[in-house]
Order: sequence, then structure tokens, then C-alpha cells
Amino acid sequence: MSTRRRNQPPSSSVLLATRLFALNFSSRKTRNRPLQFSRAMSGSGYGELASRLLESSEIQVFDEVELERDDGVTLRGVLLPRPQYGDPNVLVLKLSNGYNIGVDSRRVRSFRKVGRVLPHLGSPAPPPAPQTGLPRVHFIGTGGTIASRIDYVSGAVYPHFTAEDIYSMIPELESVAIITAETLFSIFSEDMTPRHWALIAERVAKVFESDGPAGVVVAHGTDTMGYTAAALAFALRRLPGPVVLVGAQRSSDRPSSDSATNVLAAAVTAVKAPFAESVVAMHAGLDDTKFYVHRGVKVRKMHTSRRDAFRSVNAVPLAKVELPSRELVVFAREYAPRSKEGVVLENGFDEKVALVKFYPGMDPEILDFLVDRGYHGIVVEGTGLGHVGEKLVPSVRRAVEEGVAVVVASQCIWGRVNLNVYRRGVELLKAGAIPAEDMLPETAYVKLSWVLARTRDLREVTKLLLTSVAFEIDKRSEEWYYPPLSYFEKFAAGGSQ
Amino acid sequence: MSVKVGLEIHQMLDTREKLFCSCPTSLRRDDPHSRFRRWLRLARSELGELDPAALFEYMKGKSYLYESYVDGTCLVEMDEEPPHQLNQEALEIALIVSLMLNCKVVDEVHVMRKIVIDGSNTTGFQRTALIGFDGYVEIEGGKVPIATVCLEEDAARKIEERESEVVYRLDRLGIPLVEIATGPTISSPEQAGAVALRIGQLLRATGRVKRGLGTIRQDLNISVEGGARVEVKGVQELELIPKVVEMEVQRQRTLLEIRDELRRRGVSREQLEVKPVDVTDVFKGTSSRIAKKALASGGVALAVKLSGFARLLGRELQPGRRLGTEMADRARYWADVGGIFHSDELPGYGISEGEVNEVRRLLNCGEHDAFVLVFEERRKAERAVEAVVERAREALEGVPPETRAANPDGTTRFMRPMPGKARMYPETDIRPIVVGEELLARIRELLPEPPEAKYERFVKVYGLSPELARKLLRSYRLDLFERVVSTVGAPPSLVASTLEDTLVDLRREGVPVQNITDEHLMGLFELFAKGGLVKEAIPLVLKRLAENPELEPEEAVKQLGLTPLSPEEAREAVRRILNRMERMIRERGEAAFGPAMGAVMRELRGRVDGALISRIVKEELAKIVGGS
Repeated sequence: MSTRRRNQPPSSSVLLATRLFALNFSSRKTRNRPLQFSRAMSGSGYGELASRLLESSEIQVFDEVELERDDGVTLRGVLLPRPQYGDPNVLVLKLSNGYNIGVDSRRVRSFRKVGRVLPHLGSPAPPPAPQTGLPRVHFIGTGGTIASRIDYVSGAVYPHFTAEDIYSMIPELESVAIITAETLFSIFSEDMTPRHWALIAERVAKVFESDGPAGVVVAHGTDTMGYTAAALAFALRRLPGPVVLVGAQRSSDRPSSDSATNVLAAAVTAVKAPFAESVVAMHAGLDDTKFYVHRGVKVRKMHTSRRDAFRSVNAVPLAKVELPSRELVVFAREYAPRSKEGVVLENGFDEKVALVKFYPGMDPEILDFLVDRGYHGIVVEGTGLGHVGEKLVPSVRRAVEEGVAVVVASQCIWGRVNLNVYRRGVELLKAGAIPAEDMLPETAYVKLSWVLARTRDLREVTKLLLTSVAFEIDKRSEEWYYPPLSYFEKFAAGGSQ
Repeated sequence: MSVKVGLEIHQMLDTREKLFCSCPTSLRRDDPHSRFRRWLRLARSELGELDPAALFEYMKGKSYLYESYVDGTCLVEMDEEPPHQLNQEALEIALIVSLMLNCKVVDEVHVMRKIVIDGSNTTGFQRTALIGFDGYVEIEGGKVPIATVCLEEDAARKIEERESEVVYRLDRLGIPLVEIATGPTISSPEQAGAVALRIGQLLRATGRVKRGLGTIRQDLNISVEGGARVEVKGVQELELIPKVVEMEVQRQRTLLEIRDELRRRGVSREQLEVKPVDVTDVFKGTSSRIAKKALASGGVALAVKLSGFARLLGRELQPGRRLGTEMADRARYWADVGGIFHSDELPGYGISEGEVNEVRRLLNCGEHDAFVLVFEERRKAERAVEAVVERAREALEGVPPETRAANPDGTTRFMRPMPGKARMYPETDIRPIVVGEELLARIRELLPEPPEAKYERFVKVYGLSPELARKLLRSYRLDLFERVVSTVGAPPSLVASTLEDTLVDLRREGVPVQNITDEHLMGLFELFAKGGLVKEAIPLVLKRLAENPELEPEEAVKQLGLTPLSPEEAREAVRRILNRMERMIRERGEAAFGPAMGAVMRELRGRVDGALISRIVKEELAKIVGGS
């Protein structure tokens, strides 16, 4: 998910203040927690001056108050908790016309409580009415929400992840699948670690084995979705159905959120796809009508905010989903089909792996540090075909000598690493570096982490790393893998369409 | 019967950038560069909370097609990038407007999201912030309270509405607006006009608002005693406001009379049943073109009885608009039908007396009963009947609260049900902005001159007559006057009398002066200052411009043959004319001045300054007389 929520406080006992902000796919642990009015004060977020005023007037947040400002203005409204930013001594008042305004507590001449409001979340989601005989899809929440409800009294947004709430937000699902939902954990996607990947993989395997759904949908913050998707691809094989990761680039509390359509496309994929791989389903473009299903090991978030941020790199998408027709069209010539032989779970990731980007002037001590700190593997995002500055070559050599696997990927993102073309590449090869082929640096990182959890023998590591386990390495670089540059010309010179 | 009116004025600000991004704030005429399609949605659990209008729009399941320009709109308008921080220039103008309207200002600005799901905002909400409140505006006859001044983003422009989609253009989305809401205390059509004029004037006095058609929109809340609040949207012409109020009052009063009549007749809600009767067979051989066409394409004829409504459907509420018209409006809105027929207008439109009588018989209509007929595909026709009966039931209550749209003639038509209470929640992508004393002090220095000081200056510095100065202060063209005087350097009294007297005189003569733009006037005075025309030519040129607005002032002057003569040319012309009159002049001597001047003016009017010509005539006359 977008990174705009980072200014919020870490989860604490009372998060009313936090809840004033629209939460999204990467929201914190506020899920389904009831409003705790009696403890509202401690989480009000106000500064010392304002707090003192509130205390002396015996006023708490969510009280309906009347106050007089030093210019004689009388204001009436509901006192809200203080957002994290801005002046903590400015009171936030919600007026009866719906507007919030700030009133400087230093200007308050008189202040009294006139009532107390109760949160009003609207009616709970109506019970779903899915058609019988539909395939089943299981939803796993890992952070944030697909559906949320807004309390228009306080402006608080409450994420929801029950099947009822998902149906309520996306009624179309009722004719696509019978869904079940659970929340595994609720964290920002940037707080994911290899341990979380393992937890998800384990849960997915169990769900497939015990419940036999047509597919599993994993709701995930978008920032690191590509990493998790790759991790699941390595950990889970011979699946009976796809694992579809899905997220939203616009938070689910807004009517324009891409959450609902993405989830719908993900559910359609879970039900209809002939492939049983770890994939990402997200918007294909600016329209709410087309969605691409990307292979988890080949997908990268390429834009900070657009709905179509995800792109297949060194590959084309596996499939597309069209809405509202719900048609799924497969592009892939090769894929892992749905299997009936039982899931293979090869779980576990080595956490002592680093992903380091080379940059001009990079100090080799950065690599030395990782080796000294006992890292087992390093992926270096080199330049071009896979190069680093000459000063780094001895450090690479030393790392390999100490048993640390060094993989070289490219910061070009598109294209294949080749260490045979230039002298520096040859030096790196000689030093023991492993070329990542056409793997994304992120995929190379996840794979190295997965490989090192299986073996630490560098010869074995090299062999495994260069063997395509889940279509992560493609020996052929096809022309259409790289999107053409000239698309902008249609806009240039005032051209239309 | 007392009347209560509240005004809501939306004025586009003339900022360099949009409210939440750095795109230009101009509208486009060229073809858009690209299009994309979206849906908006709310959780089903929230639909119950929606106001009926929004719900209805939402239930139609329309998709929205947005048109964008690579060089005019960016990812922010497309809802593909979070909003940037609030435009400081816009905030400054909103603060200026707040202070000019004697408002109190918030200590910290919080941007809100107001849910709007008709697609006019790509986000599904409009961003808006309360800046000022609790102010007043002074007009002749007292103060009118200003409830709020808000800073908000304009919506996308609706280009087209089709069966399953609405097309919007993103150029307008995000242009800053101030929304000024008065208290509901305006008590007459004239006062409503005066308040709107005054606020418009203050807005223009800032010099930082957009001008021209569509840059200011007025909404009116009107209710008569015993009636209900009716919102009239989109009054674009200031001059129309008193008329709209007047006509709306008339409508509401007539609706109350109809209500009273229905009560006298003892009509009850229960009698008004949604019981359409299929009368398709009656119209098998009809000569009504509309009926024939609808039936031929598989439609049906549905009729519904409206007990006790005889002669009331045809009752005029506003010129050309009857209770039957209101029912037709509703049927169009809720059922998307072309129209309806009601018994007060039948026989007519090709529907025969025999057919009417047959329908009456089938419906069991008594003498006091009316009926409504719909020719449409069955499902639509049924929905239309429902909408008609609902409107009939509302007639028992008097005035239905609703949102209406203003027609160009000042009448109004049904637009949609009254929106529910605005649902707002904080825009968390934008940080609250503290409005400190420092900023306010700076804003106070930017405030335009108050009207009293202006009056003083006009009289003392510009030498205007007190009457003209007062006229100007009330005028719509006040800021144009200031602009002309300060930039062109034309004499203030001439500019003032042209704007306030000449234009009024021309209008009285029936000249379409509304066609004369500020640019015309600016150009005209520039021309005058350069010596490109003389004072006396101004009314003639204005008339020509009003009749041919595509002309530039200079061309108009040329077409009229009013290019000024130099003093030498003038003298030459005078000599020529006087030579023709030489005998008469010699006979009458000095007394020949009158006729001589008359003859000269007939030929040279509008081409030479009057004072100059009179001097030349005198001199030339003296030469002839003296030389004799």
C-alpha cells in the first residue's frame, strides 16, 4: 500500500487517534477493536497545554462541547482526538455541518461539555447470499483491509476483514465464489520479514490441504507484495490452485478505491485460472475494467501510486481478467497446472541475507561489514550487465572465501545479467559471484534466502540458484518482455488518442 | 406570507495552480488526449445511509469515463497520486474573502472529504475545508449574516450522459472555489439580488477570482411560510436571482393553494394508489404519433387515476409550468421516460375525446378525478406511474423539499431529491494548516479598499459626481472601472458615465448590451486613450459591438466610419461645409452659428471632439463674417 500512513504512531493500547485516518491494506492492529471511549483521553494526542485545559474543564475527546474563543466567537461541536501532525495544542472540533476545524487552546476563554456522542458506524453488513454450488475461495488477511466502514461522527475508519464485510463491499463476489476469510496478521507491508513469508506459506498449505478451496487470495500491502509473492512461489509447489496476492493503491475507505475491483479480479483468478502458482492480480491500466495476473517471481511494483503500478519484468503477465465480464484470458504458454497430488511445502527462509545496491563510489567496507556480521548471502544490484566498482572485487572474493554466497543482479531491472562480456564481469565470476540471470534483484534476494535455508554449501547454492524452480529464470529473453518506449508519441504534438 | 432565502455562492479562484496539484486552472476546448473508465462504490452496509439522490445514481450502476490531457491534468486529478499540499495562494484568497465578509477565521484548517458518488470527482469525494464563519455582508437595508466560507475543489465537467455511462472531463476538477453561504434570512427577491450582487462585487474586488460565464454559480435555498426548503441550483446570471426567487415563491404559494383545494375536496393519501391500468387496447387505432410510436416498438399504455386532482394538474405554477409538468419531470428522472400526458391537457396531442372517455371509463374516473397516461416499455411505464403517484401524494403536503435547477427564464425544474446530510471524514493525505496571527496580519494588508474609502477616492481624486460614484459602487462593473482607469488612463468620469449611463441608456433602447464584454470595453477605452475615437463616438461603437460581438472595437470604429479627424482635417471639413452656406452666413452674421454648427455636426458627429469642433466653427464663422 502507499506509504502515506507512516506518520502514524506505532500501535498502542488505544488507537482512537490513529483511527481518525483512513487505514488501508497496510493498516495497523486496529482491526475490529471496539471504540474504547472511557480510555479516550490517554490516546487523545493533545499537547500539554491543551491537555491541561481539557482536564480542568473535565472534557474528554468525543464530548460534545461548547467553547468561546478570545474574539467572542462561540463554537459548538464534538472534540476529536488530535492528528499526529500539526500543533498538538490546537483542539480539533467537528462542527454540526460536518467540517473539522482547529481551535487554538490558548485562545479558549470558556469551555464546557454539553453532551457526548456515540460512534455511528451505520448498520452492520447484511448477511451474504452467495449462490450455492460455487467454488470456494479462502481469503487471508495480512495487513489492512478490503472493506472498511467510516464513522461519520468522528471520521474514524474501521477496517473489516470478515467474509460478510467483503461481500458487503463487493456484492459481485456472491456470484463468483463462496468465500471464507481469516486474518493471519495485520501489519504494514514494509514490516514483513522472511518469517512472515513462512507463516503465510504454512497457512496457505494448510488451507489447501484441509479445506480444498479453488484458490487462496492473500490481501497484502502493495509495497513488498512482490517479495512475498516470490517467497510463496519458492515455498509452495504442486498446488491445487493459485495463491493470488492482491492489494490496493487507493485506500479502501474511498469510493474510488481499486480494492474492490482488484479483489474481484483476484477471486476470478482463484476460481478460473488453469495455473496454480503464486501470482499478483492488480489493475492493468487506469481503467477499472482490466487486470493483469503477474507471476509472483516476475512482478515488481514500478510506480509509487498508480493503480497499474505492478508490472511483469522480463516476462509478460500470465493472464488478464476483464470486468464486468469476469473473463480470464491466459497469455502464458507454460505454467504449473492445478495439481491433485498434494501440496509440497518447502518452507523456511534464511534471514541473514542482504540486498545491496551498488552505486558509484560505493565503499567496499559495506560488503566487508556484512561478511563480518555473519551474513550468509548477499545480493548485489550491480550496474548494467552486472558490474561493480573495482574496489569491490576483493571484498566479493573475500566474502565467497568465507562461505558467503554473492549473487549479482542488475539495477537495470530489465534484461539479463551477463558476467562474460566485460572484464569486470569476468573478475566477479572469478571471485565467485553468481549471476542472477534474468531474475529481478528482489526475486534473487528472496530466492537466495530460500536456498540458503536449504543448503549453505556454495556449490549447491550456485546450482539451486541457477535452476529455475518456479519459472523465475527464463532462458529466452523475448522481445515483448520489455514495453516499448514510443507510447508517449501519441500524446506529443497535441495528438489525440 | 413570509419568505426565507439563503444564498450559496461558488466562485472559481484565479490561481496559477489547482487546489491540490500544480496543474493549470484553465478549461480546454480541444479534444482530450486520453480516456479511462472507473466505477465508484460504497459498502452495501452504507447504502441505507445514503441520501436518495446519491443512492439512485449509484444504483444505476453507471461507469464513469474520464477525459484527460497530458499537459493539463496530472495523476492527482486522475486519482492516481495522492493530493499535494493545499495551494497557499488559494488559501490566501479564501482568507481575504473571509475577512472581507467580516468572518471569523479558523485557527487551523482541516481538509475534509465530502462523499460525492455521481462520478464528478474521481475520488468519490470532494475535498473541502472550512476557512471562515460567522460573518456578515452589508447591503442597503441592513446586514445579512454569512454562515460559512469554505475553500473547495471544483468538480469535473460533465460532457455527456448516456444510458450506462457518464463522460466527465478532468480539466475543471481541482480548480479552487470559494463557497460562501449566507444565513437563511433574506426576505425578498430584491434583497436576494442585492446580496448576490454585493458578494459578487466583493469577490471581484479581490482581483483574484475568475471571470466569465461559469466561473460563478449561485445556489438558492428558498422557502415560503408553510412550504418547505427548496434548493435551486446553478443560477449563473446574477440578474436572474430576484426573478428565480419570485417565481419559486409563486410556485410554492400555488402548491400550497393546490394543497388546500385537495384538502377541501377531501383527498387522502390512501386514495392515491399506484394502480396502473393497462389501456393499450384503447389506443390500437390512435392518431397520436407519440402513442403510435411507443406501441409499435413494443411499449404499453398505462393509465393511473389521481382521485380528486381534476383541473389541478393543469394549474399553472410558473409561466408554462404546471403541476402536470412537475409530474412529468419526476417520471423522467425516476423512470427515464420521454414524458406523460395528464387529463387536464387532453384531448390533445392527437389523443381523441373518445380515447379520453374510454380511459376515464376504464379507470372509473369521477368528475373530480384526473388521470395520467404513459406510453412506454412496460417496466419504465410502471416506474413512471409510481413517480407520478408519489408526486401526487406530495401535493397533499404542499411543497416537496427537493433540489431544482434554474431555467434561463427564471422558472425551475426538478433536478433530484434533496441531498441528505453531507457525509464527511478527514482528508488524511493533507496536513492541517495553522492560520497564525502572522499570516492574518499579512492578509489584512492585502484586503481591497472598503467601499466607503472607495467612494471617497472616486469623488475626491477622480472627481466623479457623488451620484455617479454611488452608482459605481453598486455596479457589477466596479472592478472593470478601476482596471480601465488605472491601466488605460482614460478619464475616470468618462469611463464611469459610459459604464453606468451609456450602457443603461443603450439597454433601454433595446440594444443587446449583454453581448458587450469587459474586453470590448477595455479595448474601447484603450482606443480612446490613443485617440482612436472621440467621446461622441462611444455610444455608436458600443451599439455596433453589442450587435456584432465578434468585432474588435477598432474594426467597429472603422466600419462606422468614425475614425477621428485631425484638427487640420476637421478645419478643412468645416471650411468646406461653411463655404456651402456662405450666403446664409453673410446674411445672418453671428446668429448663423446655430445652423452652421448643426450642419457640421450632421457630417462630423462622432469623428471630432465636440468642444474642438465648436471652437473651429466659431473661428471659421468669424473669418467669413469678418471678411465680408
